[in-house]
Amino acid sequence: MCATCGCEGDGKTMLFNLQTRQSGEIASVADTHAHEHVHADGTWHSHPRDHAHDHDHYPVRPSGEIDIQARVLAKNDALAAQNRAWFAGREILALNLVSAPGAGKTTLLERTIAAMVGDTPLFVIEGDQATSNDGERIRAAGAPAVQVNTGSGCHLDAEMVRRGLAELRPPPGAVVLIENVGNLVCPALFDLGEHAKVTIFSVTEGEDKPLKYPHMFRASELVLLNKIDLLPHLDFDVATARANVACVNPDSTIIEISALIGEGLPDWLQWIRARAAAAREFAAP
Amino acid sequence: MHELAITASIVELVAEAARGRPVRRVTLEIGKLSGVVPDAIAFCFPEIARGTPAETARLDIKEISGRALCETCGSEFPLVDLLVRCPCGSIRFRPIAGEELNLRSIELEEVS
Repeated sequence: MCATCGCEGDGKTMLFNLQTRQSGEIASVADTHAHEHVHADGTWHSHPRDHAHDHDHYPVRPSGEIDIQARVLAKNDALAAQNRAWFAGREILALNLVSAPGAGKTTLLERTIAAMVGDTPLFVIEGDQATSNDGERIRAAGAPAVQVNTGSGCHLDAEMVRRGLAELRPPPGAVVLIENVGNLVCPALFDLGEHAKVTIFSVTEGEDKPLKYPHMFRASELVLLNKIDLLPHLDFDVATARANVACVNPDSTIIEISALIGEGLPDWLQWIRARAAAAREFAAP
Repeated sequence: MHELAITASIVELVAEAARGRPVRRVTLEIGKLSGVVPDAIAFCFPEIARGTPAETARLDIKEISGRALCETCGSEFPLVDLLVRCPCGSIRFRPIAGEELNLRSIELEEVS
């Protein structure tokens, strides 16, 4: 049985490099035992794949109880911290784009790439359960991309991003856009090492989306209210939607956009450029 | 369902600490605002634990209620969900409990 989703057989996480057309399997954070090995207490080891573990990391009490007190997501968080340090050392800005399925993440990326490709090296890690359709779209739009297929998994984790970066090798000063699996629940829990989460919230979803998925909106620095070109046809109140975002995250920025017709995109591009400049400044000695 | 991936992480942590010795009990702390459903973890656990030292372990889940510290008035208040306000009316607060997702301890079947 696959450890990510419980399915039989082909629920494996696969990575596809759109440039080299090579694909490979990614072991999940949960079952990776090869090479670097992070313990929940933060200890690092280098291990062969099948190693005997001949030492206790936690004392065993006479009762047989072992006090562990470990955060379950500690390994993901340790790998995310590695990614974060990797980005910082290269003055790279990394953004984690999250939304419900169909909110317009890939269209937004295509437009963003088209607008920035001349002046900013953009790299994309595409997460989907299956198909490399989005990766192909990104590649066609002009940015190097890797496609991560999570099988039945519902989110990207820090190990998948690490492997994606190893394939993409973005140069110093680049911007890495990570398109997470369309899902407003699980990606909120998994730190990828990004500088900020950006939630794409489309006006076809209803004003109360932030109230229904408060974890994600609370974790997001920026909310892009997308598909505003459809507003004349919808019963959607922008002021109510903004108030709902502010209710769960008073510090978030909201930008109204239409990725399709380009409205509001200059504000989004300006936000990226400001954050990319900050990432470079932060890294300066 | 991220609970499956999370349960796999839990079983891996347990197996690592048990080092092949059978485990009788696994105790988790799950905050009510952690975004993780305890019932879903309990549902996944036996299947994921099969073939590991935790195979026959009993799973104890201690749920932890949410508490927040208001950044406006400085008082603590219960956080039943992320949509509440501090009694002072502020929506600027920091959760200080309820977001836990911890493996607290395990108990081995036999002490060697």
